[in-house]
Amino acid sequence: MSGVRVLVGTRKGAFILTSDAKRERWDISSPHFAGWEIYHLKGSPADPNRLYASQSSSWFGQIIQRSDDGGKTWHQPGTPPGEPTTTPDGTPKGESNKFVYDTSPETGKPLTTHQWYDGTPHPWEFKRVWHLEPSLTDPDTVYAGVEDAALFRSRDGGQTWQELAGLRGHGSGPFWQPGAGGMCLHTIILDPSNRDRIFIAISSAGAFRTDDAGKTWQPINRGLHSLYIPNPTAEVGHCVHRIAMNRSRPDVLFMQKHWDVMRSDDAGESWHEISGNLPTDFGFAIDVHAHEPNTIYVVPIKSDSEHFPPDGKLRVYRSRTGGNEWEALTKGLPQNDCYVNVLRDAMAVDSVDKCGVYFGTTGGQVYASADGGDSWAPIVRDLPAVVSVEVQTLP
Amino acid sequence: MIRVTLPAHLRKLAHVDGEVKLDVEGQVTQRSVLDALEARYPMLQGTIRDHVTQRRRAFVRFFACGEDLSHEPPDAPLPDAVAKGAQPFMIVGAIAGG
Repeated sequence: MSGVRVLVGTRKGAFILTSDAKRERWDISSPHFAGWEIYHLKGSPADPNRLYASQSSSWFGQIIQRSDDGGKTWHQPGTPPGEPTTTPDGTPKGESNKFVYDTSPETGKPLTTHQWYDGTPHPWEFKRVWHLEPSLTDPDTVYAGVEDAALFRSRDGGQTWQELAGLRGHGSGPFWQPGAGGMCLHTIILDPSNRDRIFIAISSAGAFRTDDAGKTWQPINRGLHSLYIPNPTAEVGHCVHRIAMNRSRPDVLFMQKHWDVMRSDDAGESWHEISGNLPTDFGFAIDVHAHEPNTIYVVPIKSDSEHFPPDGKLRVYRSRTGGNEWEALTKGLPQNDCYVNVLRDAMAVDSVDKCGVYFGTTGGQVYASADGGDSWAPIVRDLPAVVSVEVQTLP
Repeated sequence: MIRVTLPAHLRKLAHVDGEVKLDVEGQVTQRSVLDALEARYPMLQGTIRDHVTQRRRAFVRFFACGEDLSHEPPDAPLPDAVAKGAQPFMIVGAIAGG
């Protein structure tokens, strides 16, 4: 094992932090895509040098960037730097930022409306890519979760994108509604034991699963209880913030919901609450230890209005029992006057023998623990607000 | 030869410095200039106008000869000075924020 690469998306660019496996000294890259919002960047499990990044701005929309050298250089797929931008017949190459909902009669679904914040119908409009999930086996295949919620897939390294329209066409779309951040598909989990099974989550619609590689989908929200919707146990409408899985146990899922930390032992067929002794069960991020599938991490946040830690103390909570019994992890984290948030995609784990845990804050810090959460240190502390954190354990 | 100025973020995406010079066939309009721009720099597709509707993105504006042309019809002729290359067609990111 040669080291660890931490991919950090921020409100004003992407940063790549690298270290050897000791994870004591870190090199911080210069900003990539400076000035742009980087909602997410992630590396391919099949080729660690292949990275994908979602670059967006309110001015110029969505861009997809790709690196084939571990983040040293980037290009928009289809238009590598230095190469002609058109094919020999003059056709433009670059369509890597073209996300168009599939409304074709053959493969797509009609665009319905979803609910606006006030419950009125609102047309579906593409805004940005929230999450990129590279295939577990093919570096050229990558999934994109977008706002307004839909799932896209590219099989040519990010050059062209096709919607998996069965999700949006499930039939419940008219009842989906945006969370405070927009109606985003933010979680994509590929089942390592079943290539046809994918889990996704949408704020605010809930969790869905496909067992046929994306053709058809079913909501998997039984057991969720959300007091902020008219029917607290509705099939859809729940504000799921994040779902996490340990690869060794793909039927066990952990969920940080708007309020409540939840667990499923049957691939989402049913959920039960595991908030236990948490000081608050509101939060965004959740992740699972790389080697201990019953060890999970959350960062409790005071409330859906006060997006900061309770009592000004930044505490990660760890459960080693798969939930319900939680311990506060505070060593190395600020324990007074701390009012940052940790967003849904801003926590990750590495798979070094002693599992590393990482999270980024809206205050621009990225904290790391090289001992499973027992102690923490900032590996960088003055970045723009952190939106996402991913980790690659390098061979 | 049509001269086009781009905001810094789009110059970087297109890997260009300074003004862009384009040959535009037929009448010089917003649409024909943007068509030519996107054909030569396909990485700019979707960044100035929507891929599908072709509508100008909300925070992008067009100026030329001291005039705000953002709300002109896309097929309206641009000023002669732009068509003759005496003045640039300016694509500008709207000022938003402090």
